Amino acid sequence: MPERTVTVGSKVGLHARPASLFVQAAARQSVPVTIAKPDGDPVDARSILMVIGLDVRGGQDVVLHADGDGADAALDELAALLAVDHDAEVAS
Amino acid sequence: MSRELRGLGVSAGIAVGPVARLAAAPELPDVNAEVEDVEFETARAADALEAVAADLDARAAQADGAGADVLVAQALMARDPVLADAVAGLVREGRDAPHAIDAAFAEHRRALEALGGYMAERAADLDDLRTRAVAHLLGLPMPGIPDPGHPFILVADDLAPADTATLDPAKVLGIVTERGGPTGHTAILAKQLGIPAITACPDAVALTDGQRLMLDGASGLLVADPEDALVADAERRARELAARRASSHGPGRTADGHPVRLLVNVGGPGDLAAPGIPGAQGVGLLRTEFLFLERATAPTRDEQEALYREIFDAFAGRTVIVRTLDVGADKPLAYLPQAPEENPALGVRGLRLSRRDPELLDEQLAAIAAAARGSDADVGVMAPMVATAREAEGFAAAARGHGLTKVGVMVEVPAAALCAADILAHVDFASLGTNDLAQYTLATDRLAGELADLLDPWQPALLRLVAATIEAGVAADKPVGVCGEAASEPMLALVLTGMGVTSLSMGATSLADVRSTLAAHTLEQCRDLAATALAAGSAPDARASVEAVAREGMGVG
Repeated sequence: MPERTVTVGSKVGLHARPASLFVQAAARQSVPVTIAKPDGDPVDARSILMVIGLDVRGGQDVVLHADGDGADAALDELAALLAVDHDAEVAS
Repeated sequence: MSRELRGLGVSAGIAVGPVARLAAAPELPDVNAEVEDVEFETARAADALEAVAADLDARAAQADGAGADVLVAQALMARDPVLADAVAGLVREGRDAPHAIDAAFAEHRRALEALGGYMAERAADLDDLRTRAVAHLLGLPMPGIPDPGHPFILVADDLAPADTATLDPAKVLGIVTERGGPTGHTAILAKQLGIPAITACPDAVALTDGQRLMLDGASGLLVADPEDALVADAERRARELAARRASSHGPGRTADGHPVRLLVNVGGPGDLAAPGIPGAQGVGLLRTEFLFLERATAPTRDEQEALYREIFDAFAGRTVIVRTLDVGADKPLAYLPQAPEENPALGVRGLRLSRRDPELLDEQLAAIAAAARGSDADVGVMAPMVATAREAEGFAAAARGHGLTKVGVMVEVPAAALCAADILAHVDFASLGTNDLAQYTLATDRLAGELADLLDPWQPALLRLVAATIEAGVAADKPVGVCGEAASEPMLALVLTGMGVTSLSMGATSLADVRSTLAAHTLEQCRDLAATALAAGSAPDARASVEAVAREGMGVG
C-alpha cells in the first residue's frame, strides 16, 4: 500500500493558499489520494473542507495514501508539493 | 429628524451619502418541499453550488494578490466533493436542495468553529457560500456589494473577504458594519483604500437603503438623516481636512512648535514605495519577520545585513528603529520548531525565543550592527515582548556588545508599563505597542471580534498604562514613542502628545492626517486633552469628551 509521510513546509500549515494548491493538485491525479495526521483518520485529499479541517500546522507530519496504477507517481508529486513552502503572505 | 449612532472609528475621514445595504441573506423556506425526483433535486443543488463557484472564479480573475487567493479557496469549497456527497446524501433522505445545502454547510461550519482561531474565521466564508447557493436556488439576487448606480455608504452586518476584495473606492464613500473590530480585515482594507469606516456599530441594523447618512471615521460617530446645516458643516470639515492633508509636510510639530517625530511602520522592502514614506522622519517600527518567515533555514548574517542596508540606505539621514524577530507558536519557523501552545500569545514569543535559541538573536543583532556601521541612517534596535527590567538589561547588553548604541524595548506587556522606570534605567528608549498592550491589559484576544469594544485604544486602563510609561520616560529624560494603531488616530495622537510622547509611528497613509491635526493644536491644548482623556471613566466617554474639548479649541463647537 503506497504511503508517504511528509513534513509540511509552509509556515501557515495546510491552510489558505498552500491548502488550495494541494487540493487542486490532488484533484488532478489519476487515483484517489487520502491525507491524514499520523494516527489520525484519513480524509479525501480533493476536499478542501476536510483538508483544512485537519488543522495541520507548518512543520507537522502528514501521511498520504493511494492505491492502484500511478499511486506512487501521484504520491511523489503531492509529497513534493507539501514539502515546499508556499506561504505568500508576510505576517504583520 | 436626525439620529446619532456610535461605533468604532477604524479609518479616518468624513463621508456623506445614501445608504446601500449589502443584500441580506435570503431566508430559508420554513417548509422542506417534498422531493419527488431525487436525481433532479441533487442536480439542482449541484448546479447552484457550481454557479456560486463560477461567480467566485470570475471575481477572482478581477482581484489580485491575497484577495484573489481567498476567492480561489472559496470556489474550491463550493466545488468540494465531500460537500457534494453530503448534499446528495441529504437529498436521498428527503431534504430539498436548499435545506440539503444548508445542512451540509452547517456540519462543516461546526467542525471548523470547534477548531477555533483562524479556522473559526473560515466559518464565515462557509456562511457566505451557503447564502449564495441558497439565493441561487430561490431565484434571489446573490448577496454582495450593491450597485445602486450612484456613490453610496456601504452598510453591512459584517463584510466577508469576498466582499472587501472587490470594493471600488470610486463608488463606496464610506463603510459601516454592525460587527467587526479595530484590527479586522474590514478595518485594514478600508484604511488601505482610504475609505472612511466605522465597525462594531450594532445600531446600524436599523439603517435602510437610500437613507442619508453622515459618518466620521475618526471618531466613530454616525448621523442618520442629518440636518442640512450639519451636512454643510461636515462637508466644510472634509474640505478643510483635504486641504490640510494636501498642505501638510515637514517634521511633526504642534501649533506652537513642540516637536513630535512622525515615523512610519514598515513590514518589508515592499512598503518603501508607499506615498507617505518620503515625508516621514524615519521608521519607528521596522518589522523583521519578513526575513525569517517563508523559508526552510534561518537567513544568514550576510543575507540579513544586505536587506537591512537596503532599508537603511533608503532612510539615510533619518531614524530607523529595527524590532528584532517577533514570532511565537502561532507562526512557528521551520528551523526553530515550536510545539503548538494552548495560548501562543502568552507563550514563548518575541524576545523569549532567545531563551531557547540565543544564536538567532545574536546573529540578527550582528547583522543589524554591521549594516548600521556602513550607513547614514540613525539606527536603533528594540526587542519585542519584554516583561521585566532584567530582560531589558540582558537585551541591552547583547545589543551593545555588537556595537549598537541606541537600544530600546517595546512596551506591550502591562508588567513592562508598570516597571517602565526600572526598564528605562537599562535602555535608551521605549516604544509602546498599543495593540498588544490592549490585548494583554484587557485580557482580550485581538481576533475576538465580538469583544472589540474592550480593545478600544481609548480604554481607561490602557490610557493609564500608556501615560505611566510616558511619564517614566519624561522623568528619565529618555524618549518614549508609540508604534501601535493608537498613533494613527489623530485625536489620540494629540492626547499622546499631551502625555509627553516624543514620536508617533504609524502606517504611511495616516501620516498627513496626524501631522495636520498636530499642527492645528498647541502643546497646552494637547495637555488639556490628555488630562480630559485620563479623567474619563469609559472608552466612549474619553473619546467623546476629548472630541468636544478639541472642537471647542478649534472654535467649531
